[in-house]
Amino acid sequence: MWIKPFIFTLSLLPLAEVLWRLVNDNLGPDPARTLALETGIWGLYFLLMTLAVTPLRRLSGWSPINRIRRMLGLFSLFYASCHLFIYLAFILVWNFAEFATELAERPYILAGFTAWVLMLPLGITSTHGMIKRLGKKWKKLHRTIYFIAPIVILHFVWLSKTIERPALYGILLAVLLLFRLLPTTGKSVWALITHRVSKHFH
Amino acid sequence: MLIKSPHDIPSDEITPEKIYLSRRQFMGAAGLFAAGSAVAQPAEKKLPSPPSSPSKTGNELEYLRSHAKSPAGFYTAEKQTPYKHATTYNNFYEFGTGKGDPARYAHEFNPSPWSVRIEGEAQHTGTYTLEDILKPHSLQERIYRLRCVEAWSMVIPWIGFPLGDLLRRFEPNSRAKYVHFTTVHAPKSMRGQRAIFGSIPWPYVEGLRMDEAMHPLTIMVVGMYGKIVPVQNGAPLRLIVPWKYGFKSIKSIVKIRFTEHRPQTTWERSAPREYGFYANVNPQVDHPRWSQASERRLPSSLFSPNRIPTQLFNGYAEQVASLYKGMDLRKFF
Repeated sequence: MWIKPFIFTLSLLPLAEVLWRLVNDNLGPDPARTLALETGIWGLYFLLMTLAVTPLRRLSGWSPINRIRRMLGLFSLFYASCHLFIYLAFILVWNFAEFATELAERPYILAGFTAWVLMLPLGITSTHGMIKRLGKKWKKLHRTIYFIAPIVILHFVWLSKTIERPALYGILLAVLLLFRLLPTTGKSVWALITHRVSKHFH
Repeated sequence: MLIKSPHDIPSDEITPEKIYLSRRQFMGAAGLFAAGSAVAQPAEKKLPSPPSSPSKTGNELEYLRSHAKSPAGFYTAEKQTPYKHATTYNNFYEFGTGKGDPARYAHEFNPSPWSVRIEGEAQHTGTYTLEDILKPHSLQERIYRLRCVEAWSMVIPWIGFPLGDLLRRFEPNSRAKYVHFTTVHAPKSMRGQRAIFGSIPWPYVEGLRMDEAMHPLTIMVVGMYGKIVPVQNGAPLRLIVPWKYGFKSIKSIVKIRFTEHRPQTTWERSAPREYGFYANVNPQVDHPRWSQASERRLPSSLFSPNRIPTQLFNGYAEQVASLYKGMDLRKFF
């Protein structure tokens, strides 16, 4: 099926873009910060996209969309890992004593790192084999993303000078999470609406 | 010691794009700024010139170069931030919160004609054209460190004149204890000001205590790197207070008000726990969310973060520490 390689290629574009800017010396006067910001924000975008899959499927009834959910989730972890690597390698220059101080004194660093650590097991258990092996526990484990995502937003809020952007993504996340509280019927919302409407006219 | 005359200095020493502006050329540009304003602002007044306005001949350079023999604090030999970076990496939220936004959207804003409204506790108040504001002042270069509250810094050659020289022309009275500055409010051409979803109340306001405003290090800036200051850096008229965090150095000033009471500044209003009125650079007083002990001198590269210790009053303690004698700098941050 074309959809997976297509989404995979698209998902690599943000990385390609920053690498292109890197080789062209076009990351501005603070390249480490630019790289950290770009990869961090893409980690969040992919997280939101991952969490949008279920609502979109239920709204549209188009179930093949489920097939890209794992890939989107893994790209979220991938960009978050790049983000952490850039911070450790180019901002702290592998000074782990300083990393410890930052974790202890900067709540936004602690929140970001916690979110990354909690996402790791989700990435590791994303294979078919793991899904089979963990059975019912798999779903429980992967539902922890509902708690991890708000921590990511908190990380963004605490590092920002103004609230606008983190608040925007926070609201988006809230909408995506609240959607899960709607009763599941097995039918798409679209199907329900058209069903109602057709009943009304007959 | 040899003091280089400006002609001896190779033109690429500061920036390859350097333009030596003659006073005449600059005033021509200022005149352009002012051209339309006579119509738009009928209430403009003529100001008395200060008694000792140095006369200049047309052949002299527009500004006095700063060098090692300049008064202490006016010059630093530290490596200057390239013009390209100083004009493309800016915090000017009127154009958006991204560092590249001001340079990207600067073309949407036209800083001419320009006038400045003078209000409050002074003998001469009213609206003055930019030309009137600038006329009696001879321009000089100051090479200053610029320390942002976000823990990065640059070294920039500004061109301007002491703010005190300007303020004295309005003859502030004895009730003038503070100076209150306001940035232009132009939501039609400054996209950051028309953000639907914004947390900053516009227009941007800043303030200084009278003695801070009168300090010789405090300057009104009209140029940088030998050129007229670009829009993204606060054209046509901005403040520079080198011992304070960058946000104190308000850009694109349209109003100066002398007041008896301390004004509440924009950042103080949005986050009073995080940004104080004084905002003096101080490595010992951390921002509640990050350390101010060190800074990243820009440009940095991937393999050298260029992190250097932050100095008290941004290295200008010798000149300004006396202004804050006896004050608890943790309380008055």
